[in-house]
Amino acid sequence: MTTLLSPPSSPTAAPCTGRPVAQLNIVRAGVATSIQDLGRTGLAHLGVPRAGPADRRSFTLANRLVGNAENTPALEVTLGGLELTLSVSRYVAVTGAPVPVTLDGARVADPVRVYVPAGSRLTLGRPWVGCRTYVAISGGIEADLVLGSAARDSLTGLGPEAVRSGSTLRLGSARTVPDVPLELAFSRVPCGGRVTARFRWGPRHDLFDAADLRRLADTSWRISAQADRVGARLTGPPLEIGSVDLPSEGTVRGAIQVPPSGEPIVFLSDHPVTGGYPVVGVVTDADTDLVAQSVPGDELRLLPIG
Amino acid sequence: MTALRRAGDRGWLVECAERAPATVAKAIREQSWSRYVQEVVPAAKTVLVVADDIARMERLAADLRAVLRERHTGVGTGIGVHSRTVTVPVRYDGPDLPSVAERTGLSPQEVARLHAKGEHTVAFFGFAPGFAYVDGVSEALRLPRLSSPRARVAAGIVAIAGNQTVVYPGGTPGGWHQIGTTDVRLWDVEAQPPNRLAVGDRVVFEVVSP
Repeated sequence: MTTLLSPPSSPTAAPCTGRPVAQLNIVRAGVATSIQDLGRTGLAHLGVPRAGPADRRSFTLANRLVGNAENTPALEVTLGGLELTLSVSRYVAVTGAPVPVTLDGARVADPVRVYVPAGSRLTLGRPWVGCRTYVAISGGIEADLVLGSAARDSLTGLGPEAVRSGSTLRLGSARTVPDVPLELAFSRVPCGGRVTARFRWGPRHDLFDAADLRRLADTSWRISAQADRVGARLTGPPLEIGSVDLPSEGTVRGAIQVPPSGEPIVFLSDHPVTGGYPVVGVVTDADTDLVAQSVPGDELRLLPIG
Repeated sequence: MTALRRAGDRGWLVECAERAPATVAKAIREQSWSRYVQEVVPAAKTVLVVADDIARMERLAADLRAVLRERHTGVGTGIGVHSRTVTVPVRYDGPDLPSVAERTGLSPQEVARLHAKGEHTVAFFGFAPGFAYVDGVSEALRLPRLSSPRARVAAGIVAIAGNQTVVYPGGTPGGWHQIGTTDVRLWDVEAQPPNRLAVGDRVVFEVVSP
């Protein structure tokens, strides 16, 4: 059984006069910060992408660490640079790509869960490795839902506005925070700039010749500069399939799509729901999280598992 | 023979040989086990089915094969899955109407009349939220897409390309020939449900004077 954690230095309980408005102030938004929850499921047949966190595992971990339900809106921070204050004291979890974290300028030794007093400034530096860091506040962010979700979709623009410097976001009521052993709360991110992602062949591997299939699995691909929440384009010796006459069909997250250039694209969270280029294989759900944590220049090996 | 193709940990791509994907998608949604399915996505020739759990994939394959074998019984054996008819009044005043007329050798009035008289069925959605590909454009009106798409097309613009027509949901780029405008909103993320068209619906375009 888990016990519950109380604030480290709880002076007095909640003030009796006038409850303070619980909000989050974005002092600096960083390069690309967005609100995410687990996304819009079950609407792909209407052309609506799922969206949601690029690294789903790190996102749900952050929410669990501060007592939130897994689907609670939290921040996805790409390449760090976020600075925030809270109007009320809360526990905050920081997962995904590890970053230097400071609280009012003082380095936080183990930032996976930080108690942030009201008014203190929490700052995230640039990740040492990986791409995306998740910041979940106990009680979550209260964002308006669009088609049932607070996830910002970069492809379609559905969901809340992009998070900007100076934005103010409402917070939900604080949750009781579980006292879980934090050493088990690790995130999976690429180590030493190298990623191996497992994938299954199909649905259109039979359109490719044997040499192309071998090349896909044998090449040390590199993540190109064209990598975002929609997909990660890979560079390397191009596959030779060229242009294929294939009517549009439904696609999934993790799909390895091969456009006529022969350089594959791995679809991530905001991928279009249909596509007309052949999908040679699909990266496993778990390893798609890892692809989403890689940065341009990282090496990517694709390992077939069936 | 209908093939099931694996599409990742939790996906099967169903190739529809004999029946329209809209019909197959509808039949899948009517099964009691469809509550274990996250997505059913019909497209031009296929239906993508995504399960909620990787552990169900073999079971799902067997269930899908059973649905596909039922082609001579149960719901719709052809394209006749029209659940509703949606009427869309159109002012044929689009910026591309003159060029469509010129390229098809028709008058603008004939283009409007031919478009409105087509037997239209919603084939599938894709490209953008609420973007419904509607089949049934007359042979005489079939043109390839514009060579350079427009950056942003407003909601309610009626356009054609190939054998398909669309009512733009708004906010997307667009490479189709814009022949008219409707005031009917077919897609509204604030509405419940957001879509007024569903796969398999019949769409009737009505000529209204500008």
